[in-house]
Amino acid sequence: MALALQTFPTVEDAGAALKAAGTRYLGGGTLVVRAANEGDVSISGFIRSTEPALSIIRISGGEVRIGASVTMAAIARHPDLAPLAHAARAVGGPAIRNMATVGGNLFAPTPYGDFTVALLALDATVTTDYGELPIETFLAKRESNHAIVTAVGFTLPKEGGFRFLKQSRVKPKGVAVLSIATVLEQAQDGTVTSARIALGCMADRPIRARAAEKALIGRKLTADGIAPALAVAHDGTSPPTDPIASAWYRNEVLPVHLGRLLLA
Amino acid sequence: MELRKSYFADQRKDDLHEIGQPRPRSDSPGHVTGKTTYFADRNFPGMLHLKMVRSPHHHARIRSIDTSEAEKHPGVVKVLTAKDVPHNVYTILILIQIGPEDETVLADGKVRWKGEAVVAVLAETERAAQEAAAKVKVDYEVLPAVFDMEEALKPDAPIVNEYHGRNYYLYDSGECRKVRFGDVEAGFATADHVLEQTYQSSPIEHAPTETTGCIVAPEGNDRFTCYTNTQAMFFTLDNASIILQMPGNKLHFVGGTVGGGFGGKVDVIVEPIAILGAKLTGRPVCFVYSREEEMQISSPRAAEKVVIKDGVMNDGRIVARKVTGYTDAGAYSRHSPYGAQKGAGHYPGPYTIPNVWIDTYCVYTNRTPSSAMRGFGVTIGDFALEVQMDKLARLIGMDPLEFRFINAYRDGDMKAHRQPTEGAALIECMQEASRAANWPVAEKFMTMSSYAKGA
Amino acid sequence: MAKVPVQFTLNGAEKAEFIDSGTTLLHALRDKIGDTSPKGGCHQGTCGACTVIIDGELRLSCLTLAETCNGAAVTTTSGLSEGGVLHSLQRAFLDAFATQCGFCTPGMIMAAKVLLDHTPNPSREDVVEALSGNICRCTGYEPIIQAVLTAARSNSQNAV
Repeated sequence: MALALQTFPTVEDAGAALKAAGTRYLGGGTLVVRAANEGDVSISGFIRSTEPALSIIRISGGEVRIGASVTMAAIARHPDLAPLAHAARAVGGPAIRNMATVGGNLFAPTPYGDFTVALLALDATVTTDYGELPIETFLAKRESNHAIVTAVGFTLPKEGGFRFLKQSRVKPKGVAVLSIATVLEQAQDGTVTSARIALGCMADRPIRARAAEKALIGRKLTADGIAPALAVAHDGTSPPTDPIASAWYRNEVLPVHLGRLLLA
Repeated sequence: MELRKSYFADQRKDDLHEIGQPRPRSDSPGHVTGKTTYFADRNFPGMLHLKMVRSPHHHARIRSIDTSEAEKHPGVVKVLTAKDVPHNVYTILILIQIGPEDETVLADGKVRWKGEAVVAVLAETERAAQEAAAKVKVDYEVLPAVFDMEEALKPDAPIVNEYHGRNYYLYDSGECRKVRFGDVEAGFATADHVLEQTYQSSPIEHAPTETTGCIVAPEGNDRFTCYTNTQAMFFTLDNASIILQMPGNKLHFVGGTVGGGFGGKVDVIVEPIAILGAKLTGRPVCFVYSREEEMQISSPRAAEKVVIKDGVMNDGRIVARKVTGYTDAGAYSRHSPYGAQKGAGHYPGPYTIPNVWIDTYCVYTNRTPSSAMRGFGVTIGDFALEVQMDKLARLIGMDPLEFRFINAYRDGDMKAHRQPTEGAALIECMQEASRAANWPVAEKFMTMSSYAKGA
Repeated sequence: MAKVPVQFTLNGAEKAEFIDSGTTLLHALRDKIGDTSPKGGCHQGTCGACTVIIDGELRLSCLTLAETCNGAAVTTTSGLSEGGVLHSLQRAFLDAFATQCGFCTPGMIMAAKVLLDHTPNPSREDVVEALSGNICRCTGYEPIIQAVLTAARSNSQNAV
């Protein structure tokens, strides 16, 4: 079977075509064309949609909606998304960023998917042709979900509220040892009033560090203040051992990097 | 570039026109314009693509192979198994009388490492070959495997390679390559300190940007042209001639342009089976490793274990050195018996030591066969030796560079292999390194010479 | 097997081919059109040897399906020199010994070209970032970085 590409003007038509066995939705190609090139014979055809809404970034009143086909490069250069530029630039090299899409990143298996870690900390909503889902729910069953992601939406964090870190062995571009994103809100005196911490490469997909989040509430971002959060940072993690790092190493360095990010 | 001409000034004429002068590389214009022709930059009408069915097990007996579904797959032209290969059991160093033949082109009855080639599928497209390869059914009986050299050398270890019958290479000198010089035990007895340390390394993959591969075109007159990125052109031609039982004049090899090799393209792996495919189908055949194959299948640098025991005096002289080296060949010999032998030749390093004992073993395990890579047999040994030198210097409270000056070999010194040292330049290199790195040493070392003894 | 038409400009020249649907741009360029300057090093988007420029943007031709390039302007390293005169980047790579095996060179030059098109006077960090998707296994990064900086300087001198 040749790997035919079918292009549809609407997501609805693409969604119907995607019901055929062996078809995969083609975003930027950095995951599915790669898999086909490596001889994944379970893929028998590519489906894509050119619906214009998929490529639009819309921002109004602090609410952001990014079409699924928007690339990492487009996010990185968008003036109103400057706080996220750092996370978008963490994905691949320049050519990959011109191709890799926000929708595709949601499906990137560990150790990839750095931008999804940012989206998880932002508590984004994932819109598919079947409806909207909280990102955590979406990620939990992303493999079995044969829906087409059309957009992600989130509220822009307050200035300085979003932090992101990716640790890799090769600089400036390298596969992640781990990545961490946080969205924090603090009272006037610096006390943390709400915290979301997302971890990449600490499981087979991005996860929230709920114990650490809870331990930050009511604390200040000082070495003493964050110590309880760091102590429970690897609660619920199950990092992989891969050519980049061992599971042991990832668990060892997680509190170190989380600490640096929180104290930055 | 800066040339320090003060060294060996009396040994060199300084009226050379080419040496020491920068010259443009002759291949660069092709590289920067994208016109350099690598093996894959050719396209023949009707070219077939070869994909390999590989062992998913580290060690297993093959009960049966069923290729019937694969042969029926649309686009498939030919499916090859061991029985199709005229001389299936080979070893590349047989050309220099280093046997026994111990490796199969396509697995016959047994696989000895995860990734070993079992069945070759030739099809009209890469995709068809991949799909058909997935339809080949191989029934395996999994056998116990051994991955660690020490485990492999134990008497009850599973035998990795029956062609050897034991898990180490049997040299004419016995179970290892040996160097004996002076009386090493007497040396340890007189030493102020004795230090024994163990060093280990893991396999290292060359990861060339261009993966291993070749394209073979039948010329219509029983001759075959093989466009290849091998680093060992005639070595490959001669081995292909043996494997295919085909006179060398039927084989025309075109190559020399390699997109990164580093020693990783000296094994004879892709060419013989591609030529066989071209011969049996009468069509051009392309066999090129995927990136995953390059990383998992191509030979890495061997894992090594090096045990160094040194006797050292408080004045800095090393009086005895005993080295036991282990080279992990993986499942087959390839270049590793030679690599282990090279290690024996390289120890005890560039130092003059009166009492030396060297044993180097080439060990078989169920790991990916290892082979050549930049200074194989030497590089890991040098790492171990120089870390050991630093430890010895620390042990006796001496500057590590001065410690090396004291022990450096110089012209006329007898080496452990009973070759007198000639053309040494270690002293001068260290003098320049001392200046360049701003790591001063005592004046007496800066006036030493490699060839003027007593200076 | 169903063939689909593709039509784009390659280094300014119109190209039209019928290809198998699903064919990557890398295969279309190399096997159908005959431009072998983009190299297939990994087919995974990891090595950058297949890098080309599509409508002014850096892309990996191994992960781009050819039929998605209809109407586009594709640039490859083989199209940089004009009338036998090397492009300033090609000249700089040549002079700076920035090639060893040469396999990564066409991709490196593409990445450098896009950088200099947008940032005529890049910093060293800009160059390192721009080349970060391109792997050189002969460990020649330093001469490559120097070549790109030299090309930028020679461009700005010529512009004066």
